Amino acid sequence: MGTYVPNTEKEQKEMLELLGVTGMEELFGAIPGEVLLDRPLKLKDGISEMQVKNMMAGMAGKNKVFSSLFRGCGAYRHYIPAIVKQVTAKEEFMTAYTPYQAEISQGTLQAIFEFQTMISELTGLRAANASVYDGCTAAAEAVIMCREKKRNKMLLSGAMNPQIIETVKTYMAGTGTEIRVVPVADGVTDKTELKRLLDEKTACFLVQQPNYYGLLEDYEDLGKLTKEAGAKYVMSCNPVLLGILKTPGEYGADIAVGEGQPLGLPLAYGGPYLGFMTADASLMRKLPGRIVGETLDGRGEKAYVLTLQAREQHIRREKASSSICSNEALCALTASVYLSAMGKEGLRQAATLSMSKAHYLAERLCGIEGFSMAYEGDYVNEFTVVYNGNSGKLMQGLESYGILGGLPLKGKDYGKIIWCATEMNSREEIDELIDRIKEVLSREVDI
Amino acid sequence: MKLIFEKSKDGRGSVLLPPCDVPETELKSCYKREKELRLEALPETDISRHYTELADRVYGVNNGFYPLGSCTMKYNPKINDEIAGLPGFADIHPLQPDQTVQGALEGLYKAEEYLDEITGMDHFTFQPAAGAHGEFTGLKLIKAYHEKRGDSKRNKIIVPDSAHGTNPASAAMAGFEVINIPSAEKGLVDIEALKGAVGEDTAGFMLTNPNTLGLFDENILAITKIVHEAGGLNYYDGANLNAIMGIARPGDMGFDVMHLNLHKTFSTPHGGGGPGSGPVGCKEVLAPFLPIPRVVKEGNCYALLEEGADSIGRVRGFYGNFLVIVRALTYILTLGGDGLKSTSENAVLNANYLMEGLKDTYTVPFAGHCMHEFVISLEELKKETGVSALDMAKALLDYGVHPPTMYFPLIVHEAFMLEPTETESRENLDRVIAIYKELYEAAKNNPEEVKNSPKKTVIGRPDEVMAARNPVIRYEFPV
Repeated sequence: MGTYVPNTEKEQKEMLELLGVTGMEELFGAIPGEVLLDRPLKLKDGISEMQVKNMMAGMAGKNKVFSSLFRGCGAYRHYIPAIVKQVTAKEEFMTAYTPYQAEISQGTLQAIFEFQTMISELTGLRAANASVYDGCTAAAEAVIMCREKKRNKMLLSGAMNPQIIETVKTYMAGTGTEIRVVPVADGVTDKTELKRLLDEKTACFLVQQPNYYGLLEDYEDLGKLTKEAGAKYVMSCNPVLLGILKTPGEYGADIAVGEGQPLGLPLAYGGPYLGFMTADASLMRKLPGRIVGETLDGRGEKAYVLTLQAREQHIRREKASSSICSNEALCALTASVYLSAMGKEGLRQAATLSMSKAHYLAERLCGIEGFSMAYEGDYVNEFTVVYNGNSGKLMQGLESYGILGGLPLKGKDYGKIIWCATEMNSREEIDELIDRIKEVLSREVDI
Repeated sequence: MKLIFEKSKDGRGSVLLPPCDVPETELKSCYKREKELRLEALPETDISRHYTELADRVYGVNNGFYPLGSCTMKYNPKINDEIAGLPGFADIHPLQPDQTVQGALEGLYKAEEYLDEITGMDHFTFQPAAGAHGEFTGLKLIKAYHEKRGDSKRNKIIVPDSAHGTNPASAAMAGFEVINIPSAEKGLVDIEALKGAVGEDTAGFMLTNPNTLGLFDENILAITKIVHEAGGLNYYDGANLNAIMGIARPGDMGFDVMHLNLHKTFSTPHGGGGPGSGPVGCKEVLAPFLPIPRVVKEGNCYALLEEGADSIGRVRGFYGNFLVIVRALTYILTLGGDGLKSTSENAVLNANYLMEGLKDTYTVPFAGHCMHEFVISLEELKKETGVSALDMAKALLDYGVHPPTMYFPLIVHEAFMLEPTETESRENLDRVIAIYKELYEAAKNNPEEVKNSPKKTVIGRPDEVMAARNPVIRYEFPV
């Protein structure tokens, strides 16, 4: 039996004797006999650390780690500086709880305060929270922030990542809110449709930068239209690209949200990730979750505390702005360390390299017969291609060479593939991808 | 201590990325950010020292005793972290084809089977990222269930007033009206109040059992029956599962849906406030409504199912906080069925041992054995000396131990809620008992001293009112 109980059986017995009971069962005497489990759990017995390590390593070994990867769509492989993992592995950060006792949690609290500042700088909006579960739930929480009695219609751009749209729909189902997806034209939000849908009941409009298909939209104009209707303008952004892109603040957005995974978090099959949220200062008290604020202690020294807690579930119960309690604190710390190591120049470099590689990849890819760009719009690190062959077979062929290609789309977008490049993709790798695609195509004449 | 922004200087930093090896693409100026990013890179030396200094100002489970009631701050085995860091888990893309992530899917599938057996549920989803997220998801299942049956008038969730704040908040978020019922003595469910509250509009009832006083509700079967007979479903808040693994199962007590906190019971580190993981378990009857995606087994292969006709939909982007689940799976495999039971037994033994050691000094409001946690009241002490539970908590900081949960549950005045967990040794408990006794004497003999604590921490008591009244929530760069 594996165990993390320090007390030996002898000590346990002595402790039981001291309590005046004959055995463990007696301690559970309050549990009604009918609900006591009258058999051992049908699980295998425990094992040693070495055995479990081998077993789990075997499981990990059944997953294929692609060294050459051209897939994004919500999860991006960027370079993670070595310092990031070293800092976030520090036991104090790892094993502490939510910083309720400020006097012995100044490290966690200050790190969150620094995170809030960095996210505020990235997005150009004043008020950031300490994080939420992921980018999709951040969008859902933003929608909740925008809800007003007389405005309960929420507009989402159809060019957002479908996962965001689905999550928002689940969150809002049965709450008396109307969710409308604004149709897409040429890979971006259809402005005419948006104009038609915006009215005095519209609470907000959400758009993604760059959008699901990789395109940059006319965020200036979309924002103007939204504000003219008196609705809130919400942008969901890629934080690494905010190193070079015009910020939600500059576009006049009221709220910016996004998936923070590109900021130093591994792909990790989808989690843990990091939802970030910033809002105009006027919306600060509507933000969900933890917020760290600066104050003074009894000695007159600067100190950090969890603040504006009157919004939260432990005080407001059913009237809270959200039920969120645990967030993604360690992931927020990861992002902070990443940003400290990269700085504005490193971030600009990561964004520009991603963009340059994506454009090189697009050019080479579209040089192959059967591939063409799906849209004419400007893009950064991702782009959509129309492929008139069997993309499933193509991807399988590439996988056999250890390459994970772009993501073939389904449903209404069938026949399109979204490709992604980051600084991690070398020119050599891209050239090899092109050669392999040609090889696969020539081998399988029927695809 | 200075903020990182006050330590950085323009032009410093490491060379982390290579030069561009393809033609450089210039972003059109209309898309470019106008305001320069105020984020200077730091040399690695400074980053390392900054975060070491911050880490020194954090108290974690590795620093010492951390008996936060209902938070189950047990020791987090390092092997869990090592496994979660394996490239085969950490470096796989969530949109990889199923056949290339068979190990990940197998792990998720097995973890689901193990949790089914531990809790007596039929299915689990790992999609929720934390406990409150699990509550929200579980309540959505209840909503979908009634709606599917055309029973749409059921829009109320009953919550005892002793519940964690997340319960009513999640119910409201899921679109329910919340009915609070008062608790009977010992924080147990008031059967009459429950009977009076249920009806044709009852969608469900949420309960934490053992409750926040560390007591197992002896009427549990009667309670779940009342709710079922009224047509409602029973929701089990798994915050306190550490008391009953291998001993009793929510699925055998009449609960239809529940969540677990993997970062509590299954020993994955809490990271200063997350990431957690809040898997939701349910009985067969609720399975069609589980969120997407779902892991299924087809022959010898595993697949991620992205659709479900009656599913409530997606509650998060990709499938759950995967690396947290990997840690929990490692933990379950290490302990095994016998180890899990022994874990709960020792959690309960340690709590009773600690309670026994304190009961002659402090007021233990309810007699009898406790489960994994217990509550003591400092009301008498406050009356006598003016020293409050908050003062005592702050004084404990100077002794180098983490204070317990304070002022919760509300049913006990000046409450301290202690959960030592199974990973503390007898000597540690003895040491803590001695500290608590010493502190009690200090409060009696020198109350002013205790009221002025802490003295040894890096900051004194912070002014929380000031923080909320005039919120400063980011650094202001000098102009």
